[in-house]
Amino acid sequence: MAEITSLREAVEELVHDGDSVALEGFTHLIPFAAGHEIARQGRRHLTLVRLTPDVILDQLIGVGCADALVFSWGGNPGVGSLHRFRDAVENAWPLALRIEEFSHGVMANRFVAGASGLPFTVMRGDAGNDLVRRTSSLAPVICPFTGERLTAVAALRPDVAVVHAQQADRRGNVMLWGITGVQKEAVLAARRSIVTVEEIVDTLAPRPNAVVLPTWAVSAVAVVPGGTHPSYALGYSVRDNHFYRSWDAVSRDRVRFRAWMERHVLGVAGWDEYRRSLELGVVA
Amino acid sequence: MERLWTPEEMMTVAAARHLPDRCICFVGIGRPGVAANLARATHAPGIVLVYESGAIGAKPWRLPLSIGDGELAETADLVVSVPEMFNYWLQGGWIDIGFLGAAQIDRRGRINTTVIGDYTRPSVRLPGSGGAPEIARSSRRVLVVASHSPRVFVDRLDFITSGAEGVSAVITDLGVLDRDRASGELVLTALHPGVSVDEVRAATGWPLRVADEVRVSAPPAPGELEALRTLVARREVAA
Repeated sequence: MAEITSLREAVEELVHDGDSVALEGFTHLIPFAAGHEIARQGRRHLTLVRLTPDVILDQLIGVGCADALVFSWGGNPGVGSLHRFRDAVENAWPLALRIEEFSHGVMANRFVAGASGLPFTVMRGDAGNDLVRRTSSLAPVICPFTGERLTAVAALRPDVAVVHAQQADRRGNVMLWGITGVQKEAVLAARRSIVTVEEIVDTLAPRPNAVVLPTWAVSAVAVVPGGTHPSYALGYSVRDNHFYRSWDAVSRDRVRFRAWMERHVLGVAGWDEYRRSLELGVVA
Repeated sequence: MERLWTPEEMMTVAAARHLPDRCICFVGIGRPGVAANLARATHAPGIVLVYESGAIGAKPWRLPLSIGDGELAETADLVVSVPEMFNYWLQGGWIDIGFLGAAQIDRRGRINTTVIGDYTRPSVRLPGSGGAPEIARSSRRVLVVASHSPRVFVDRLDFITSGAEGVSAVITDLGVLDRDRASGELVLTALHPGVSVDEVRAATGWPLRVADEVRVSAPPAPGELEALRTLVARREVAA
């Protein structure tokens, strides 16, 4: 059974120094509040896992939470570079960052293998590219039925998966909808999981395309309304594209980035104060 | 001659014209999204736009900033998970055209979106592959849209992010390169109005092959330009 708790307690209990932590959400439902809590609690030596690092991992990498990153596309969507990610890879600032990168399809299938309890799964093709030479998690494999040469992709089993959902019920069953990314696979592949939600409801109403995570498959649920900003939760908020554009200038400069993180993330008590500091208004 | 359109607009219009009505098109991040939505607004109202975030049959009113904006999911015929997208719909063979951008491209149509310089000590770290390797491998045809300069059209890629298997054409702001099936090499087959072969050669980092007959692209029609500018203006207002 998932424990319904505060975000602070969930991170204290479930995210440890040195863990591999998958924070998932494909543009939609990115767990920003949980990421900020991890930064505020000063976690170190994390291996961060995420298909699209986005601004959330730019922030965690920039404050020195991570030693390593496993990913497939590290840009600011529609805007350009993630400058903290680039500074870490190009200049080892604030720390050297080991990277292991794949394509989206491979990352998704690594989670599928992890969720399936398999050591690997199989994809078509022998990856006619240089990615395969930079990792030990891809290998050629011959189909025993047809003799076709395929690619084996190693399972990904993070210590913790962190995701955001629209709703949970009072027992801790979770429901998310809209673009659901690889959240289900990430939660089922991980040893522990934290889900932040927009709200707790009495009953989860059935919806098309919804993903339901039963309470017994989740470690902790915390209510954090608006906890995806500047990402969004379909039905609750819209993507703050202006923030994503402004992040380019904030993150470009190390000093300005540090000051921004102090003022809005590291030096605030929690998510409500973050929202007030940006004058985002109260989420009803 | 005074032109009423920019080379960037010509590129987008030429790219959109490559997308037939009712094709199933996997839309990469960036420029392909503009051209694909222009096609839908003009000659291809029945095009099925597929976004790697999971939206299939998306019909956005304004251009999304990211490939996961809410409007894509809200207007889609169906929304699927990322594993389902890549395994069933892409690898399963449902995609007619994969539509990609590129930071670097070589004479065979292979793409780099990973690093400029050495991999372990890059001078510029680019975003990386995203879905491009699978899109390039599993789509029946692959189109690439990129601005034409020696920095982009290079003799040797710093990193091979995706192979060339399915690349059939590259649309640029100077013209169109088609991939010759026999040699596997990109060949200049069309020039945009006012562009010379020498200009394209100068903007290409290898000795470019030129087709025996080089077409001249029709300039953007008033309807195409108006539709494109409307799309771009809606995106700017939304920002």
